[in-house]
Formats: sequence, structure tokens, C-alpha cells
Amino acid sequence: MTPNADTALAEDTQASAGPDGSRVRLRAEGVRLGYGERVVVDDLDLDVLQGTVTAVIGPNGCGKSTLLRALGRLLKPSRGHVLLDGRKIDEMPTKQVATVLGLLPQAPTAPEGLTVGDLVARGRHPHQAWYRQWSGDDEEAVAEALAWTGISDLAERPVDELSGGQRQRAWISMALAQGTDLLLLDEPTTFLDLAHQVEVLELVERLHDERGRTVVMVLHDLNLAARYADRLVAMKAGRIVAQGPPVEVITEPLLREVFGLEARVIPDPVAGTPLVVPVGTR
Amino acid sequence: MAAPARPTLGPAAREVLERVPGRRPFRRGPVSGVWRARNVLVLAVSLIVLVLAVALNVGRGEFPIGIPDVLATLVGGGDPSQQFIVLELRLPRSLTGLLVGGALAVSGAIMQSIARNPLASPDIIGITWGASAAAVTLIVLGGAGLVGTLAAVGLPIAALVGGLLAATVIYGLAWRKGIQGFRLVLVGIGINAMLVAVVNWLLIVAQVYEAARATVWINGSLNARGWEHVVPVGLALLILVPAALVLSFVMGALQYGDDTARGLGVRVNGARSLLLLVAVVLAGVATASAGPIAFVALVSPQIAQRLIGSSRPPIGASLVIGAALTVVADLIARTAFGGVELPVGVVTAVLGAPYLLYLLVTQGREARA
Repeated sequence: MTPNADTALAEDTQASAGPDGSRVRLRAEGVRLGYGERVVVDDLDLDVLQGTVTAVIGPNGCGKSTLLRALGRLLKPSRGHVLLDGRKIDEMPTKQVATVLGLLPQAPTAPEGLTVGDLVARGRHPHQAWYRQWSGDDEEAVAEALAWTGISDLAERPVDELSGGQRQRAWISMALAQGTDLLLLDEPTTFLDLAHQVEVLELVERLHDERGRTVVMVLHDLNLAARYADRLVAMKAGRIVAQGPPVEVITEPLLREVFGLEARVIPDPVAGTPLVVPVGTR
Repeated sequence: MAAPARPTLGPAAREVLERVPGRRPFRRGPVSGVWRARNVLVLAVSLIVLVLAVALNVGRGEFPIGIPDVLATLVGGGDPSQQFIVLELRLPRSLTGLLVGGALAVSGAIMQSIARNPLASPDIIGITWGASAAAVTLIVLGGAGLVGTLAAVGLPIAALVGGLLAATVIYGLAWRKGIQGFRLVLVGIGINAMLVAVVNWLLIVAQVYEAARATVWINGSLNARGWEHVVPVGLALLILVPAALVLSFVMGALQYGDDTARGLGVRVNGARSLLLLVAVVLAGVATASAGPIAFVALVSPQIAQRLIGSSRPPIGASLVIGAALTVVADLIARTAFGGVELPVGVVTAVLGAPYLLYLLVTQGREARA
């Protein structure tokens, strides 16, 4: 492909809009994803629209984390592309991507003995250079991220001494300090009890409502996904089976098809979103 | 005095100085960083220890010179005989020890950081033995012909190539869609064992004279080191330490696991390969100058890290502590056993081996927890 054709393509894609007219931030175009010979996801298309919170749901091994890794350029598709704001993400300098798109891997690890302040400050890495490691902007962004996630008083505590919920808040704080308006979260609630799961998802909701962040996350809990996301993407065996607002996606036939779960779906008495009440597996 | 001499900072003022607790800014023009008084203190104290150790080591010998006289001579004073003894006879030995120890320690700090494992140091995972095997091969094959320039140039190059080869093989075998610290260590220990076997085999098949020469060398010795040994390591450090300090910025991000580091915009494989290259060349050059001095690369970064209280081995403090450790070990090796001068590597091994045991025991516990 000539450079000209490439630019034309980029412009064309950038101009394209989602069904409701909002801008496409991340797009997967016919991607094939896998590890070595094993293909996990094949010929998948997905648009992530500006200002949405998208939750990817599906049974274990359906490829939802793999898809998220590809959207975050951690995994290169063997076919198709991922486009970030209309440009091929693999062809953009990775440091430039890191100023637009932040990601939180599943169960991330911090070095032993690292303090919360140092962890959150690491989020500034894409904005720094070897001689400029703690500018006024860095300091301001980190102080604000700590305050915003309510962990300012933990700044000098080692990360490995925190509770699971506090630790996850610290990591989200790091992603916030990175200052990207796109955030990919891979199962941000794993290993947390229900109260802390809700706490983390409320934080994500605030990131969207108050900070205008566009969020894509992989979630296991269908009820929490239905409550905190405004778009659901249901996957099975590497394909998208349904996507749309939670009320349209969480239906009894879909639960049967995707999860093999016999369930009733009733309105959540608190939020009005779909609530899954399992009957049993068949 | 009733009133405090200096006004104390109220909480609000402290907040202005340090908006993020524990990360006090240091800013001059475009340069900025976090001011940590403890780092500076550790660096200063270890520098003083290093200078004293060098002065003491230079002063000891058949013709003893006191520390003040040694220091005076080093800055240009002293009488001609002191100048000759200090600058020509004794200083190159201590300087070689200083530089070699510093190079090994920085190499260890980099590798331990990359692998996120304190066991991944060049003396444990086979890099220094790769360099040794190549150098011993040259000594044994070269025989009596290996003298003068050939020895001075050939040995360092052989050691460097051997270290790089060993590193490439270890990295290649440990590679599984990325590098996992524990795999790197296990593969490295295996390669290390093979290289030790190769060296032993070479020593057995070698002529007596070459075998003796190689044996002294592989124990890590600073005996009869002159300026010709100082210059190569000095040059290598002059280039590679600044490189390591610049790269340590990226090293900080590599600490977090590959996915997080990529998310932060780090080209993980490229950065890691470059860091590994710096570490291997440092270890190779050091080994070429003084043989594989054991445990300095393993222990120094860990001491530095604990003294500073950081979450990874610091480059600067590791350098100074490694240098001081090696000079002190040489002092002990030369003077603690009456007329018998031991190779410095024997002393560092005696000091370092218990620490290795400690690491192995505590690492196992963490893995199980």
C-alpha cells in the first residue's frame, strides 16, 4: 500500500461514526487473534465509541481477554487491524499510544516494597524522559489521581501491604495519572469481595461520568456488567454473539446460547438494569 | 534560644513542597526528579568507604605508607619514592579492583532488574563463566605464544565474545513469548554448570604451565595488575555507566511486568535487549581484566537496594558499593593470611556464598507463599 492510500484510508476511517453518530475511538477490523498456532478469535469486528463504558462478557476461554489485549496493542493480530482514532495502532509509536490509551492488565504485579506514591507516579512514564522524571505537571497529575481515588494518605505505604480493594484503587489511580482518555481494564474486580467489586466499578463509573473517560473492560459478573456498563459485548468461542445496551443483550435466550445457563432475567430492583437469576445449567 | 532559629514549615507549606508524600521534587531547568536524601547519604558514605579502602590497600605492603601520605600522593603530593610506589606499583591493582567491582555490580543491578529476580546476576547465570570459558580456551590453546599484545588484546576480546555468546544462548533458551525471571535463572544455572565443566575439562587437558595460569585467572585475581588492565575497564565504564543511568529510566517501567510496561509505552523487547547488552559487556570486560570474581555482581546491588530502601537495585549506589566491596576483599586477601596472598575471588566467595544461601532459602519461601 502506498503512503497516500494509507492516509486516505485513515481519513476515511476517522470520519466514520457509530450508529448513533458518536466517534469511533477504537476499532477492530476483521482481526484474527491467537497464540502460536491456536486461533482464539477469528474475523472479529468491533467499534468502541467515544464516551461509552463497554463491558465484554462471555464464558471462560471465549477470547474476551485476548480481544482486550489486542485493543491495547499487547497482542498483534495475525490478520486484520486495530485502529486507534482511525490509525493503525501497530504503526503508531507505542509511547504516543500510551498518552491516549491506558490499560490495566489482569492481576498486575508491582515490585516488592514499592510505595503507592511511586506506583501512581509510574503512570506518568509516557510523559517523561530520563532527565525529566518528576515535573510540575507530573506532580500535579499524581497528587490529583491519588486524591481522586481516595488514597492520598496511603502514598507512603508499600503496595504489597495494602488490602485487595486498596491495591486495585492504587492501580486505577496509576491509570488515571497516565492521563489517557481511553482505558482498558482486564477483569478489574478479580479476587475482590463483592463490596470492593462495587467500589471499583463505582470508581470506573465516576471516571466516565466526571472525567469523560471511554472505558472498555472485561467483566465476569453479568449483573455488575449490566449495571455499570452502557454497552455490553457478549462473546462465545471467539465471536461476538450480541452487542448493545444491557437490556438488549442480557436476555434469557442469549444466556442459554452463550453461557448454557437457564436463567430468569428480571429488572434490578436498585438500578432497573437486567438482573440474572440462575435456574441451573443444562 | 526560646524561639526556633528557623521558621518551621506548617502543613500547608509542606504540601506545596511535597504534594505527593514521599516524593519531594528536585527541579533545575528542564531536569527534574525526586529528591531522596537517603540516596545521597548512602552514596556519600560508600564513596568515603571506597576512598579509605583504596588508601589502606595502597598503603599496605612491604613498604607501608600511612593513609594520609597515600591520599596526599594521590592528589599530587608525596616524595618521589612514595609517588613511584603508590602510582606505579600499587595503585593500578586497587584501581583495577575498584573498576572491575563497579562494572560487575552495575551489570548485576541491571540483570536483577530486568529479570525481577536477585538471583539473575551474571555470576550465577553463566555470563562471567561464558567469558571465562572463552578466555581459558585461548590461554590453553595459545600456550606459550600468548604473551604481550596478543594476551592484552586477545583475552579481553575472547572474554567479551564468550560472555555475549553465553548471554545469547541463555536468553534464547529462556525465551517464551517474553522473558520470565525465574526461567532465565534456571536456564542460566544450567548453562553455568556446563561452562564450569568445560573450563575444568580444559584445565585437565592443558599443559601444566597454562593450567596454572588459567587457574589463577579463573579464581579472580588482582595480582600484578598494571595500568594496561585499568584502561580497558575504565573506558568501558566511562561509556557504559552513563548509558546504564539513562536506561535505568526505562528499567523502572520494566519492573512492572511486560503488559504494564507496554501499556506505559515501553518497547519492552528492544529496551530489555539493550540493557542486557550493556550488562553483558560490563561483565565481560570486568571478567577479562580480573577473572570471574565471584558474588560481587550478586551481592552489591542487593546491599545497595537495602541501604537505600528502593524497590529495585540502584545503579549509582551499586557501582560504588561493588567497587568498595572488591577493594576491601582484596585488602583482606592480601593481608589477612600472613605471607600468603589469596586471589580476591576466594574472599568474595567466602563473603558472598552465605548470602546466596540466604537468597535461595527466602526465594523458595516466597514462591510457595
